[in-house]
Amino acid sequence: MNYLGWLFDPANWSGQGGVPERLLQHVGYTALTMIIALVLAVPLGAWIGHTGRGGFLVVGLANGLRALPTLGLLVLLVGALGIGLIGPLVALVILAVPPILAGTYAGVRNVDNAVVDAARGMGMRGRDVLFRVELPNALPLVVGGIRSSLLQVISTATIAAYVALGGLGRFIVDGLAVRDFPQMIGGSILVAALAIASDLLLAALQKVLVSPGLQVAPTRGRRLRAVPDPRPAAQAA
Amino acid sequence: MTWVLGNLEMIWGLTLEHLVFALVPVVLGIVLALPLGWLANRTGVGRSITINVAGLLYTVPSLALFVILPPLLGTQILDPVNVIVALTVYTVALLVRTVADALSAVPSMVVNAATAMGYRPLRRFVAVELPLSVPVVVAGVRVAAVSSISLVTVGSVIGFGGLGKMFTDGFQRDIPQEIVAGIVLVLLMALVVDGALVIIGRLLTPWSRVMTTVGRAA
Repeated sequence: MNYLGWLFDPANWSGQGGVPERLLQHVGYTALTMIIALVLAVPLGAWIGHTGRGGFLVVGLANGLRALPTLGLLVLLVGALGIGLIGPLVALVILAVPPILAGTYAGVRNVDNAVVDAARGMGMRGRDVLFRVELPNALPLVVGGIRSSLLQVISTATIAAYVALGGLGRFIVDGLAVRDFPQMIGGSILVAALAIASDLLLAALQKVLVSPGLQVAPTRGRRLRAVPDPRPAAQAA
Repeated sequence: MTWVLGNLEMIWGLTLEHLVFALVPVVLGIVLALPLGWLANRTGVGRSITINVAGLLYTVPSLALFVILPPLLGTQILDPVNVIVALTVYTVALLVRTVADALSAVPSMVVNAATAMGYRPLRRFVAVELPLSVPVVVAGVRVAAVSSISLVTVGSVIGFGGLGKMFTDGFQRDIPQEIVAGIVLVLLMALVVDGALVIIGRLLTPWSRVMTTVGRAA
């Protein structure tokens, strides 16, 4: 069987239900989810990290989420809220928040005490300490949390095709329905490419955003330990 | 609850199937990740290659990986082997890094002492470095096992078995109890397996209990 035939057939690259439309939908759901999740999780995580209150809850939540079956959550919410954008969107946000929350919390929490003390000694108030010292120092872990959240969302948005959402997952679900395996494989390759490209984009963004002082460059002879990368902690579904 | 009581036999069958789908890849993954992690820890180039490849594989969403594997493996598209291989890939991707980190954290004094006592590399790895890495490796295995248990359910979107069937069936026939029961069972299984791994980790490191009572060595 010519597995790649579907992917390289120009007929599939235009019009309704074509690759560009599905890709745009997929990116659209992902972007919408990420914006909502960022607005909810970054301030909350920063506040919890700054005050130190409720930290164990954040860690427990992020760990518990790993066991939560995304498909179960999706079908449950779509069953409760009906077919359409809202059900899957709620499920996606629920899955997107904990990694960002945990990354922001851990990032702010793990800022060197001496740095925070120095900031206070220089006369900074709580708010300045948070925005000008703690958050910039926390950035590597915050972005790490965002990366793992993004992968989770792209992956779950694919599965959401099962509950009648659009996006690239449609090719897998629709292809299966008519036993069109090249279509399923083409769709899967596109999903994988989107996930990898998005992750590389954020990795590049991380390089630009994070202060050079915090980026660990390998030096000769001595191996420096980079800030622990929390990414593998939450596997995308 | 009435739905659950009326379908106990089916639920039990799906649970066992799920357990096999989830845990066989974890076992295979450990077996593959140990030598790979050892290699990654030996050379700087090997380390960056394995860790980058692992990161890349880890990025591919599971549903996509289930479908991409058959043409690569020459299997049927709905062959259960695909799920096993896909989840093994994730486990290896996760554990290679853990194993490499765990091995590099073994104090060099201990390794040197073993060498001085006449341990050759292979025996030193098996008898000294590996046992000392157990706590970190077990932490990685716990993450891998729990995600594996959760990921098996994704396979039911394209017709694989396991507890995920309760989601697709409950959705199509509109039986919310079935969906909730499925979620609870997956979470329970994750909890039980996680607990079992903690106990196995303790059994494998009898010295750690002595260490904690004396005060943890730096």
